Amino acid sequence: MASNAQFAVEMKSVNKWYGQFHVLRDINLEVKKGERIVICGPSGSGKSTMIRCINRLEEHQNGDIVVDGIPLTANLKNIDDVRREVGMVFQHFNLFPHLTVMENCTLAPIWVRKMPKAEAEAAAMKFLTRVKIPEQAQKYPGQLSGGQQQRVAIARSLCMNPKIMLFDEPTSALDPEMIKEVLEVMVDLAQGGMTMLCVTHEMAFARQVANRVIFMDQGQIVEENEPNEFFKHPKSPRTKLFLEQILH
Amino acid sequence: MSIAFVRTADAPLLPAPPTVVGWQAALRHRFMPTPLSGVASIVVGTLLVWVLWTILDWALIRAVFVAPDRVLCNAEGAGACWPFIGEKLLQWVYGFYPHSERWRVNIVYLMGAVSLAGLLIPRIPWKGWNAIFFFVIYPVITFFLLLGGRFGLTYVETSQWGGMLVTLVLAVTAIVTSVPIGILLALGRRSEMRVVSLLCTLFIEVVRGVPLVLVLFMAANMFPLFMPPGVNPDKLLKAVIGTALFASAYMAEVIRGGLQAIPKGQYEASQALGLPYWKMMGLIVMPQALKIVIPGIVNNFIGLFKDTSLVTVVGIFDLLGIVQSGFNDPKWASAQTGNTGYFALAMIYWVFCFGMSRYSMYIERKLNTGHKR
Ligand SMILES: Nc1ncnc2c1ncn2[C@@H]1O[C@H](COP(=O)(O)OP(=O)(O)OP(=O)(O)O)[C@@H](O)[C@H]1O
Ligand SMILES: [Mg+2]
Repeated sequence: MASNAQFAVEMKSVNKWYGQFHVLRDINLEVKKGERIVICGPSGSGKSTMIRCINRLEEHQNGDIVVDGIPLTANLKNIDDVRREVGMVFQHFNLFPHLTVMENCTLAPIWVRKMPKAEAEAAAMKFLTRVKIPEQAQKYPGQLSGGQQQRVAIARSLCMNPKIMLFDEPTSALDPEMIKEVLEVMVDLAQGGMTMLCVTHEMAFARQVANRVIFMDQGQIVEENEPNEFFKHPKSPRTKLFLEQILH
Repeated sequence: MSIAFVRTADAPLLPAPPTVVGWQAALRHRFMPTPLSGVASIVVGTLLVWVLWTILDWALIRAVFVAPDRVLCNAEGAGACWPFIGEKLLQWVYGFYPHSERWRVNIVYLMGAVSLAGLLIPRIPWKGWNAIFFFVIYPVITFFLLLGGRFGLTYVETSQWGGMLVTLVLAVTAIVTSVPIGILLALGRRSEMRVVSLLCTLFIEVVRGVPLVLVLFMAANMFPLFMPPGVNPDKLLKAVIGTALFASAYMAEVIRGGLQAIPKGQYEASQALGLPYWKMMGLIVMPQALKIVIPGIVNNFIGLFKDTSLVTVVGIFDLLGIVQSGFNDPKWASAQTGNTGYFALAMIYWVFCFGMSRYSMYIERKLNTGHKR
């Protein structure tokens, strides 16, 4: 059964095109359960596209993607199953503005997992406490700061009890003082053993929690290594150039 | 000289000068902030007073309030002929519905008003039950109660209905059905399935490209072509269907506008949480899209309510038709009868439409969750 799968995420020779544009080229990636991966690379290198393929927000044309033992094909049931196990946090939060924070958190458990409302609310409260904003539960997203919104978005994903969490530049729309509060939540999550794939340029975060850093350029994985080696002794000239630019 | 400065004593707090506060200031600020707008205010104000005075003079001061027939109303210089309205009002409300059966119409009006109030006033509980009653049970009861011919009720064919009854049956049916059909058409038009999107687009563009009067004519005369030979549906039913389809096409485009304003991120977040298509649309996308287009939707409702008056052209006596038919009554035909009738009619339509407009503004304010995009 799914949960006995060896890898949380398995990508084999994945290729994807936008029209004629070859956006993902021969992607091979194996993520073990509990592993934490940071993905970086220049703008337009295909980082978002790659992690969005993992929960089928984007469709790949070529190669195999297996998530928690479930192969991602055109089979709609498989797609639903995968999305249930994979949480995602977006750059622009994408909270539902017409629902309260609590409703944002309980919506999917109630309507997708068929959880009773009281149980869903108790679980939501637990996760809102974990991201340190239980007192905001009855507010609407529009009444919160960016950092608070992003923490709600993380709590909302956690409410589905996902086995894997995807983060697509979760802090790049935030002011510096809010970045810290979101990163703290992510570190806490990492220390709790969550399987995580994070697209981020927060290198301190990568050093602190990542098992592996992946560098992408022009749709390909150019280099991957454990963080210390990756930052100290980058092998590829492209990686060197990129690190020089972001680390000054 | 040094540029350093330190305040040693607070500047005194002074009262505002009269140019800023007080009624003179308010008056000045609103009506004549500059000489040109001052002149404009005076011109428009004079015009307004003159128009209001003319109407008041006609409707109240020179008006006839009590009269057995047309004689007084026909006098030189007489204003509005109110006794005419008084005598015809019940006919406007019930049409040609038989006197002895009017209680059936009363029940329909009463049930409709009560359950609509229950739906529209937020403080009243049992919204779900009320909605089931209003949208499912009430139409069935209305159908059997008004038409009769069953359960010991005498049969009253639809040609005997009329006036407010017909206007409301037409408008409410079209309003209530246009929203769900419009939602489906809008979703269909945006669907990735080409056939569905093509069919919906075709329907919307064809229906929108034809005047309602023509839709009504075609519904009245061309429906039988689509039916087995010898079957010709009821005249009022054909008008109801024609109006409802017409309204749906317009509604679809308004709702599509709302759908387009929903950012892609909302779809992605819903999908990432595992919501299937219909739940994503029903719980996330539609509530936001509909909220955005409330003014457009209500605008359509108002237009629709007034457009029902076009059914007179296919020989149905709605409110307008009934009012006009009263003008030919020899007992009341006078110089002012028509004016009075139309004036009263305009006020009736206006009250309904203004009510809808105010209610929509109230709901908009209530639904505002502080999220501005
Ligand atoms: N829907 C689309 N249609 C066509 N091209 C697209 C589409 N989405 C992305 N692209 C292109 O694919 C490439 C990869 O995009 P992607 O968003 O994955 O980059 P990224 O590495 O996440 O960049 P960033 O750091 O700016 O977010 C870019 O060149 C982009 O222009
Ligand atoms: Mg990106």
